[in-house]
Amino acid sequence: MFADYSMPELMSIFAMQGFAGLSLFSIFVLMALGLAIIFGQMGVINMAHGEFMILGAYTTYLTAQVFESVMPGLYGGYFFVAMILAFVVTFALGALVEWLMIRHLYHRPLDTLLATWGLSLILQQTYRSVFGAREVGVSLPDWMMGSIAVTDLVEIPINGLFVMVLSLLIAFAVYLLMFRSGWGRQVRAVVQNRPMAEAVGIDSGRVDRVTFALGCGIAGVAGSAFTMIGSTGPTSGQLYIVDTFLVVVFGGAQSLLGTIASAFTISQAQSTMEFFLSGSMAKVLTLLFVVGILMLRPQGLFALKVRR
Amino acid sequence: MKANLFFEWLKSREGIYYLLLALLLVVVFPLALDSFRLNMVGKYLTYAFAALGLVLCWGRSGILSLGQGIFFGLGGYCMAMFLKLEASSPENTAIQSTPGIPDFMDWNQLTALPWFWEPFHSFSFTLIAVLAVPALLAFIIAVAMFKRRVGGVYFAIITQAIAAILTILIIGQQGFTGGVNGITDLRTLMGWDIRTDEAKTLLYFVCVGMLFVCLIVGAWVMRSKLGRILLAMRDQEDRVRFSGYDVASFKIFVFCLAAMFAGIGGAMFTLQVGFMSPSFVGIVPSIEMVILCAVGGRNSLLGAIYGALIVNAAKTFFSESFPELWLYGLGVLFIAVVLAFPDGLAGLYRRYVMPLESKLPAMLRRSASTAPTLPVEEAK
Amino acid sequence: MSPSKQDFILAVEGLTVSFDGFKAVNDLSLYLEPKEIRVIIGPNGAGKTTVLDLICGKTKATEGSIKFQGKELTKMSEHGIVRAGVGRKFQNPSIYEDLTVFENLEVSYPAGRSVIGALAFKRDAEVIKAVEEVAETIFLTEMLHQEAALLSHGQKQWLEIGMLLIQKPDLLMLDEPVAGMSVAERKKTAELLRVITENHTVLVIEHDMQFVGDIADRVTVMHQGKVLSEGSIDHVKQDPKVIEVYLGH
Repeated sequence: MFADYSMPELMSIFAMQGFAGLSLFSIFVLMALGLAIIFGQMGVINMAHGEFMILGAYTTYLTAQVFESVMPGLYGGYFFVAMILAFVVTFALGALVEWLMIRHLYHRPLDTLLATWGLSLILQQTYRSVFGAREVGVSLPDWMMGSIAVTDLVEIPINGLFVMVLSLLIAFAVYLLMFRSGWGRQVRAVVQNRPMAEAVGIDSGRVDRVTFALGCGIAGVAGSAFTMIGSTGPTSGQLYIVDTFLVVVFGGAQSLLGTIASAFTISQAQSTMEFFLSGSMAKVLTLLFVVGILMLRPQGLFALKVRR
Repeated sequence: MKANLFFEWLKSREGIYYLLLALLLVVVFPLALDSFRLNMVGKYLTYAFAALGLVLCWGRSGILSLGQGIFFGLGGYCMAMFLKLEASSPENTAIQSTPGIPDFMDWNQLTALPWFWEPFHSFSFTLIAVLAVPALLAFIIAVAMFKRRVGGVYFAIITQAIAAILTILIIGQQGFTGGVNGITDLRTLMGWDIRTDEAKTLLYFVCVGMLFVCLIVGAWVMRSKLGRILLAMRDQEDRVRFSGYDVASFKIFVFCLAAMFAGIGGAMFTLQVGFMSPSFVGIVPSIEMVILCAVGGRNSLLGAIYGALIVNAAKTFFSESFPELWLYGLGVLFIAVVLAFPDGLAGLYRRYVMPLESKLPAMLRRSASTAPTLPVEEAK
Repeated sequence: MSPSKQDFILAVEGLTVSFDGFKAVNDLSLYLEPKEIRVIIGPNGAGKTTVLDLICGKTKATEGSIKFQGKELTKMSEHGIVRAGVGRKFQNPSIYEDLTVFENLEVSYPAGRSVIGALAFKRDAEVIKAVEEVAETIFLTEMLHQEAALLSHGQKQWLEIGMLLIQKPDLLMLDEPVAGMSVAERKKTAELLRVITENHTVLVIEHDMQFVGDIADRVTVMHQGKVLSEGSIDHVKQDPKVIEVYLGH
């Protein structure tokens, strides 16, 4: 299959596909970060995670609409406002969901999975009722349009680059929060030994609520970034949920770096194969590969060997 | 001796529940419903096969599979391939550029039947495949996972991913599978037209018969020592392992059995509905099969059947009349069944109806002629 | 001084396990004679439970050998080890709460252990007799048809011991059998253990020194994954090394 292309062409194909893979990588990272916190730290499976992301996307869409009609002059900066709003909205919903639902189910992980699936159906239908079944998109501000020409064959779109940088920044922030802050220490203490953490005065209920809400908030920011590279529909979130779970599990649920590495591997594998095979076969092969590895190494790629 | 035991059992409380269900499915529904609605009930019952498997696998053994649609679909596709080949005789397909192969293959420029379609010319092979193909895939998945002690949410996610993979594969390979439309336009089974009302009524009874076979097999497994081991394994896996059992082999067994049940359900679906498509294979139908089981009561085989009937009937009703409400309803159902009544209808029945029941004179119970009210009572 | 190798029912030699470099058990050797009651004591984190885990196959050894009646256990599967005659009781009572006491014992009865065997298993007179006998030994005859969830903590511990007894193991390993028991229950448990050792070898982990004194033939003191001292209870109590790390606190 390589024979039809000349060497420089082949190189630029790999570069372009590699970059297309990087946008997929950004989505995976952003979605997986929230999941990795909720699943990796709390052991809770949140099947509605994709819907939280989409909530962030719709929030961004609404903010863009408001900027466009009320203050078109400031449109270039709407995204930063939208991102904060998206975080706040999804964080609040996450806290509410934790309080109403999740906290009753901590010892029943399989049931959480079913309950959050129910939540995802409700959210999807709500989006459909409010925003309609059609996908909506935002118009990018001027500074995000266009692309940087690296060579005359390779061009990198600015919006994709922006989202990628953004996702890495968020990943870094999450890392600081979880592993370098006092609050992160509390979360990890609760995860490792709940009764002991409570005994030293940590309000474990509050830690749970904030952790869950934070995971959802990050999903909201992910949704905000998602509007830069794709359009939003009521079921867009569901498209990525299985892939993202595989990313998290593949990376080893507790390891942040593992999550990022696995997001990179999976997205690159998929987008490179997509050029040579049909899109569906590329996806089938990628998923099969991941499932196969997980069967051989169920603890994920980057898990520590621990004494049980 | 054996026959006596059987009649004794029929007179027991459990026996009466089975009789009531049989009465409802064999007498009441066929008399009360027209053939269109009866066919629909038949379709609901095909999901009950998968739900029965989930009772054994999830309720009894704690293994949540989010991939029962895989096995339902495989069983259904096996049957559909046989029927499609019969419908694609060279006479029927004379206008195609390659007569004698299914129409969608011709549209996709295939000029010969793929090798894996060949054996489906044989009906006996097809019947075996309906059981064996799901069981084989289940076996491979189960050996890979359970021998390495993967369980719980990991198992759930991986089965879900496999369901996603299979759907994408079926849709992507439309020349071999009929793609997103599935395998449609099925006509006859060994020359017998399955599209007529009479045929559909007969198939309904076949479906009920098969369902009872699975129900009895399931009940037998639950009552055997194996059933108690499964329960023990769910609660204290290590204790069972250190009592000298190879835990993985029991999990493999129950997962394969559940897959076979789902496969039979899928084959009955194809026969009664007349087509099979990837929309019955993927993530969404698979997780809906779990909710059928959960609504009925995850530990109750009979509950699974009522759950399948009630949830599907509600789905039909709502999507006909208030399509927007259905997803809300289903969502609430998922949450409620987990938070408020984890033992489902069977649990509610045990708590509220059974105490009443024992107050009734024994006579009334034995002459159980008011049978069909049972599921309605449960629903409340 | 000690009997020849053939006479040991269990011979552990050079046993080492390391978790990411941390050696929880380090070059440990241990020999048990038939029908002996051996108690392992030692401070928290000494590796006592890990030793039991290693013997019953729950944890795989990094190095060393475990010979049980001439069979090498380190290469066998968990259920294989049980079938070879090693029974293990866990620290927290692990019984099947949703089953009755009878069913708990029946599930542990060593027949019908394969999938087919379990499907074909019949509750015949022999099984019922075995269950009733064990129930009497563990003081639960009255409770036979109650759900196990209704038992008291002490009764649950006995039930788990009963679940081991019905397997007729040659070696019984008990992890803190009297933890959380009342004084009366402790007495009864000591009595139970004495009955059991008439025809079993028993390896016990225990903290309660009174109880240890009551039951032990020999005591092994572990510290940081190694054997610190071994002998009669009086011998180890006077061993200065033991006093320093353990009893002296």
